[in-house]
Amino acid sequence: MPNFIGSPVKRVEDKRFITGKGRYTDDIVLPGMTYACIVRSEHAHARIKAIDTSAAEAVDGVLAVFTGQDMVDDGILSIPTGWAVGDAMKEPPHYPLAVGKVHHVGDGVAVVIATDKATAQDAAEQVMIEYEPLPAVVDATAALAPDAPIVHDGLDSNLCFDWELGDRDATDRAMAAAHHVTTYELVNQRVVPNAIEPRSAIGHYDPAREELTLYTSSQNPHLIRLLLCAFVWPDLPEHKVRVVSPDVGGGFGSKIFHYPEEVICAWASKKLERPVKWTAARSESFVTDAHGRDHVSTAELGLDAEGNMVALRVKTVANLGAYLSTFAPAVPTYLYGTLLAGQYRTPHIHVNVKGVFTNTVPVDAYRGAGRPEATFLVERVVELAAKELGMDPAELRRKNFIRPDEFPYDTPVALQYDSGNYEGALDKALEMIGYEDFRREQAEARKQGRLLGIGFSSYIEACGIAPSQVVGALGARAGLYESGGIRVHPTGKVEVFTGTHSHGQGHETTFAQIVAHELGIPLENVEVVHGDTSRVPFGMGTYGSRSLAVGGSAIMRALDKVKDKARKIAAHKLEAAEEDVEFVDGTFRVKGTDRTIGFGDVALTAYVPHDYPEGVEPGLDENAFYDPKNFTFPFGTHICTVEVDPDTGVVRILRYVAVDDVGNIINPMIVEGQIHGGIAQGVGQALFEGAVYDETGQPLTGSYMDYTMPRADDLPSFEVGHQVTPCPHNPLGVKGAGEAGTIASTACVVNAVVDALYHRGIRDIPMPLTPERVWRALHAGGDGAAAAAAPAGGNGQA
Amino acid sequence: MAHISITVNGKRHEADVEPRTLLVDFLREHLGLTGTHVGCDTSQCGACTVHLDGRSVKACTVFAVQADGRSVTTIEGMSADGALHPLQEGFREEHGLQCGFCTPGMIMAAADLLQHNPDPSEAEIRHALEGNYCRCTGYHNIVRAVQYAARKMREQATVEA
Amino acid sequence: MSTYAFDYARAQSVDEALTLLAGHDGEARLLAGGHSLIPAMKLRLTAPTLLIDVSGLEDLAAVTLDGGHLAIGALTTHRAVETSELVRTHCPALAEAAAGIGDPQVRNRGTIGGSLAHADPAADYPALVLALDAEIEMTSRDGTRTVSADDFFVDMYTTALAAHEMITRVRIPVLGHGEGAAYAKFANPASRYAVVGVAAKVSLADGTCRAARVAVTGAAPKAFRATAVERRLAGRPLTEAVIAEAVRGLADPNELLSDLSGSAEYRAHLCEVMATRALREAAARAA
Repeated sequence: MPNFIGSPVKRVEDKRFITGKGRYTDDIVLPGMTYACIVRSEHAHARIKAIDTSAAEAVDGVLAVFTGQDMVDDGILSIPTGWAVGDAMKEPPHYPLAVGKVHHVGDGVAVVIATDKATAQDAAEQVMIEYEPLPAVVDATAALAPDAPIVHDGLDSNLCFDWELGDRDATDRAMAAAHHVTTYELVNQRVVPNAIEPRSAIGHYDPAREELTLYTSSQNPHLIRLLLCAFVWPDLPEHKVRVVSPDVGGGFGSKIFHYPEEVICAWASKKLERPVKWTAARSESFVTDAHGRDHVSTAELGLDAEGNMVALRVKTVANLGAYLSTFAPAVPTYLYGTLLAGQYRTPHIHVNVKGVFTNTVPVDAYRGAGRPEATFLVERVVELAAKELGMDPAELRRKNFIRPDEFPYDTPVALQYDSGNYEGALDKALEMIGYEDFRREQAEARKQGRLLGIGFSSYIEACGIAPSQVVGALGARAGLYESGGIRVHPTGKVEVFTGTHSHGQGHETTFAQIVAHELGIPLENVEVVHGDTSRVPFGMGTYGSRSLAVGGSAIMRALDKVKDKARKIAAHKLEAAEEDVEFVDGTFRVKGTDRTIGFGDVALTAYVPHDYPEGVEPGLDENAFYDPKNFTFPFGTHICTVEVDPDTGVVRILRYVAVDDVGNIINPMIVEGQIHGGIAQGVGQALFEGAVYDETGQPLTGSYMDYTMPRADDLPSFEVGHQVTPCPHNPLGVKGAGEAGTIASTACVVNAVVDALYHRGIRDIPMPLTPERVWRALHAGGDGAAAAAAPAGGNGQA
Repeated sequence: MAHISITVNGKRHEADVEPRTLLVDFLREHLGLTGTHVGCDTSQCGACTVHLDGRSVKACTVFAVQADGRSVTTIEGMSADGALHPLQEGFREEHGLQCGFCTPGMIMAAADLLQHNPDPSEAEIRHALEGNYCRCTGYHNIVRAVQYAARKMREQATVEA
Repeated sequence: MSTYAFDYARAQSVDEALTLLAGHDGEARLLAGGHSLIPAMKLRLTAPTLLIDVSGLEDLAAVTLDGGHLAIGALTTHRAVETSELVRTHCPALAEAAAGIGDPQVRNRGTIGGSLAHADPAADYPALVLALDAEIEMTSRDGTRTVSADDFFVDMYTTALAAHEMITRVRIPVLGHGEGAAYAKFANPASRYAVVGVAAKVSLADGTCRAARVAVTGAAPKAFRATAVERRLAGRPLTEAVIAEAVRGLADPNELLSDLSGSAEYRAHLCEVMATRALREAAARAA
């Protein structure tokens, strides 16, 4: 039996995808299917004076037109957020279709349902809406001004919450006593996740059985069902609802959340007693999928004369958009402030975050969710400190790293890091990039007028946010455990049920590897089931790099139960004491003898219990719920080198080295793939991406004509190295790999560009580092203020 | 309604369609060939890439009526005889896909490249895929997958010669 | 995304296409590769009632050598221009520009005639046809006329093409001895359109520039000739210093576009950089 753990097993799910047989939500066709087109606000902020649906209703093929008021009148309530940050947090209503006012461009106002999608779109243009436009506010800092337009009726300001973490007084004292303080003001710009599959939902109400099936492109089907039935539509009984997330074409956070269209399709299907499908056009995705990031921050890092970090003080204004999306309040607080220690021993840290409403698309978790923002801030300010102190950036980091013998390590911002070897990852990355050689090459190139730079990012991540008791105390309205189920069939074939969801991460392979390994059976005898509330008992979905650490651990717990029971049955069949039976490579054996029984025979016995131990139930089907003791803390160092074209400002990445420590690795091929993709998204934020609004709240980056993501020819091949420091507190020793690349790479690239230009008096350029911004910085010098004057998406490339 | 006759993956299909029916919608909704995906509405993402008379095109920017009398190959036609195309094999062997949504378009775009350039460099592969977005892989393993297929196709060509 | 409904006709001849076009009073549009028109229709920015598909008119999809000209049929795809041996031999800059339009799938469908007729201010071909001193042949039921590229581009999305006319051919003088041309493009990384693209053609004799044509696309509401640059180059050797001096102040930022893809100031700067690159390459080829 091959050892599946640590093996680059080819993915079992690939067959269907490479042959065009994947089944995404929009691929599903049901008898009698109808198509929804949502009429969306073109105003960022306006009062709805009147809606006339009559012309649309008269279009041939239109079945119904509904408004927000129709839904409210029928018992549909507001979509809640899943997290409360403090008792004073403001949570204005978020109706699936706007009632009274629209709050951002793209806010749904009415839905047209027709027999085909072209007709629905034609008719949607016939819905006449009379608006009273209101002044809009887009920028979060501006939204805090006393005379700013107020986004929500009933609130007296746009402040959603005002949150802090850490010892303010101690931090202030340490900062005052610091030998040197590096100050950094930054914008972590708004980005659009852009999973390539646009979101899609199908409501399918069966009037005969009074059951609702909702197909949705979600990372999180159980939570969608819970939010829908417990909060939004209380008349809908949870046990009569099935939520299916079939193949999902990427998520990156944007498909975690409970979206209005899920409610609309579900509810309309019941009204019409026909299936209702909605699939976003890409231009619709841009104004309805939750965006990411959007922080404005000031960071101050105090250091003593030897370069020891003594204090970090951070003030952040976080743009939450118009409504509180499902995880929105947690992202700039518990997933951000808690990570500000980075890999460093900084003894005093204080962070204040103001969450603010604006007339923009809601902002929520995007790959990394809070942790990229924290890492960007820490790694940029550390890099600047090194430059200001004239220290080598690698050595300043090394000097301040938490040492391997200090774990578990309590940070001043509430976390206990589980394990780490930060210096090991740094050294390996330095060796891979050839640091000293590059510095020589850089010096030579500079003499010829060429601009080369090298950037570092030593990041920490917190994955598998847990345990439930703690997150509950922090305001989570759900637990963050995971379920796992193992159903052994009479023939020894195994189904594995997980409440996590795979939308590219390869769970069908990785989880099967674990089960095949633990039960000593062939991989093809294992089927992983996910994404269907009617088949999986419960789950919290996939995000925060939690699936393997939490979901995999739940599966391990269920496997323990299966093995315990199977051992009882085997001992009975082998006429031996349970403690004398060992389970090796799929066979139960009486220790020290050749008396054995195979796993398959035990499985059959469990279902045909003619000769069976007393007091043991038939069957071999176990569930477990795993609630972790702590987060896991992957870490690593990324280093990249860049060349800047002084004529145009174009940045080209020459090499990109990543050394990540994600704990134990089940499938290195999949882990590397996750790292690659993560790096690309972080590079995207550094160099290309940015969601831009004009002052009136009109989005200027509303399609792929304007919003740039990395293409194949924008990126180099990546050089990936691993280090393994197992997680000490979960049964697999794994930490999580899905977000590491993104968390690390943004700061890494910006640090490299600044390194290339620092001798020209440039200490920062605001992201994205478009050619125009780089060119302006080069021609203006200084702190990049001139660069900030460049168009936000001012990008171009030779 | 317009009457059209299109050969898709070697099989002739006749249908009456509205002239505004896009080729991608015809493939997906009329023929049930849902391997061809739609990822954008501005002809950028490449998820809908198919071959029209042997050349890669974006099926979201072709009306079905324009394909009348012509021949279309979709991802479903790449392994019509049951054996995987070397590109399909390459994407699996080199982990060139994650969520799988861009994959059919990537494979069809790469197939066009390999038709006229059997031994492309990494830079040529990256350039040839500039019409296709992938958000999962960072393209690293997609490049490896195309290299795998190119190698395999050259070997097959040598054997056949 | 669905377009508005329309009728569709596939023309079997130029005459048939022109008759249909004339009979629909500005409501009909010719459909060639469709890669300008269909995206606009999908966004519901335009709503023709009739599309006349001319893509089957194979006579218009050929590249031939016609005396001292390359005659490129209006329906020649970007891909066909890119790979045409005639174009690569007699005007490699045009083939290189075609190779940089959009992406491979777009190049397989989009046509030179369609692109010119659409006159997107950020399209590549306008710079090429201006710098290469091309003629655009247009046909209507009243006959055929030819206008020089200089007279073809009127404004953003507006050309000398009348509603009842179709572009049938583009005629480009082949490069002679001592002549060289090149195109340098700074592409918008999202759309792949030109933020600034500069095409240059130079004629050298005894190391001296006898004549130069320099044209810019992407930077302004329509493609334009940099005539001052051309004048400054004439009669001088194309050294780095001469080129640098000649391109300085090529464009006035007040007359340039300013948007997310680049401010007017940046575009003005890019005009100089791209002109330098194009002239340097054109001069090297001419030598």
